[in-house]
Amino acid sequence: MSFFFEVLTGGLLAGVMYSLVAIGFVLIYKASGVFNFAQGSMVLFSALTFVSLLERGVPFWISFIITLLIMLVLAWAIERFVLRKLVNRSPITLFMATLGLSYIIEGLAQAVWGAQVHALDIGVSDEPFEIFGMLLSQFDLFAAAIAGILVAVLSFLFSKTRTGISLRAVADDQLAALAVGIKLNRLWFIVWGVAGFVGLVAGLLWGARVGVQFSLSLIVLKALPVLIIGGFTSIGGAIVGGLIIGSSEKLAEVFLGPYIGGGIENWFPYVLAMLFLLVRPSGIFGERAIERV
Amino acid sequence: MTTNEHLLSLNNISLSFKGVKAINNISFAVNRGEICALIGPNGAGKSSLLNVINGVYQADEGEINFDGESKKNMSPHRSAQRGIARTFQNIALFKGMSVLDNVLTGRNLKVKSSWVEQVFNIGQAPNDAVVQRKKSEEIIDFLKIQPWRSSLVGSLPYGLQKRVELARALAAEPKLLLLDEPMAGMNSDEKAEMSRFILDTQREFGTTIVLIEHDISVVMALSNHVVVLDYGKKIGDGTPDEVRANPEVIAAYLGTKH
Repeated sequence: MSFFFEVLTGGLLAGVMYSLVAIGFVLIYKASGVFNFAQGSMVLFSALTFVSLLERGVPFWISFIITLLIMLVLAWAIERFVLRKLVNRSPITLFMATLGLSYIIEGLAQAVWGAQVHALDIGVSDEPFEIFGMLLSQFDLFAAAIAGILVAVLSFLFSKTRTGISLRAVADDQLAALAVGIKLNRLWFIVWGVAGFVGLVAGLLWGARVGVQFSLSLIVLKALPVLIIGGFTSIGGAIVGGLIIGSSEKLAEVFLGPYIGGGIENWFPYVLAMLFLLVRPSGIFGERAIERV
Repeated sequence: MTTNEHLLSLNNISLSFKGVKAINNISFAVNRGEICALIGPNGAGKSSLLNVINGVYQADEGEINFDGESKKNMSPHRSAQRGIARTFQNIALFKGMSVLDNVLTGRNLKVKSSWVEQVFNIGQAPNDAVVQRKKSEEIIDFLKIQPWRSSLVGSLPYGLQKRVELARALAAEPKLLLLDEPMAGMNSDEKAEMSRFILDTQREFGTTIVLIEHDISVVMALSNHVVVLDYGKKIGDGTPDEVRANPEVIAAYLGTKH
């Protein structure tokens, strides 16, 4: 039984890592109603920028701040040169724009920092230690704590300030949002800036775990089932979705694997997401679409 | 040419889309506190003109004078700041939000507290929240939509959605209210009800209203001033009675032997 709990806990903690990536998607989905395909590239770009600065001898926190500033400039540029032209266009147009952006950002990262794999040490050990008879990784606990703080702060900000209601308004109808005087440009800059910051945090944790390399941008694909289960519009949902994906894929691997063959960890989340789409298409915490016919 | 009694005046406004002239050299003025109706056949340029006034479209030529300030071009945000609120021909509400939340967004520019104050609920924030809520509730009472105040807007019938959209516009306490076909698709009872709300708005808040409407009997009963457009040109401008007697207007509406 304690083995079961060990697998479960390990899975939950791994799930938090998926949640971190998914939160970035939720932010932009909330503000524009589109799946931001470029989020993975932003994770890669920020991690690569950070690690390259670190390797050139820049201290940890200075590198962090410089990278954050660069992500804010990127958010500003995206709003100014891409999104501003696309006000009041259909979501699919915006989605295609994010697809294009993902290639531009990836290309930019490669052009500036090169294509090598970098190791990243953020000073938290990945050695397992024993607690309540279970082997846990200190790094996983650290990641979980960071994710928890991020979610708490973001949810707090969106529920306490008018930004939350403005975000929902903009996602629903841009023309109407403009007409009531919501500053669409500023809102989009804020959201992309925060998504950049979340991407940076996710990039550092993922980079420290698997190395900073181009496959980082592919974690987009793992965030998708998380979002389908948790709901695209809920930050809390991203956490719950991540926990469900993380724990179920590990449990499936360990307990189902011996019967139907190993490696199911890789496709199990997608099957789970598909089942969710059949039962609850808007996810656990997503807003349900209402349409009067 | 704008005197103090004009809230809005358009001077020689022209707008074209890829060579097609939607609005051709139109000028007219709207007095403070009046209800001005824009009428004309489909494609006459009425909605385009409304969109120019609140800055959704930029006029190619001409000048808009609003509340004593002249501007060649407006942006939707700027016009909202200066006190212009509007509704749309095909209802543009936030469908996933409740009626109350929709009306609250209308008060967006009246919020005085900064986001830092809102986060910690200090300074102006606590009072601000109460004021915005109170004003929104007043508007909801005024338009008699209390029973649905916490319903999701997307689930309401069409006529009510039109009223919620008017509520959101009124929540901004506008000087000028632009209504794009506020009664489209309504039956005669609903039209009468909406007409009453529009008149009440003028009377209660002294709001100047520019509206587009196709139902001539409603227009004649409701407005103080009628502007008639046809093919992007102004063909009539005056009181309802004057416009009714205008031969050009009759020709545009009923057709004439040339």
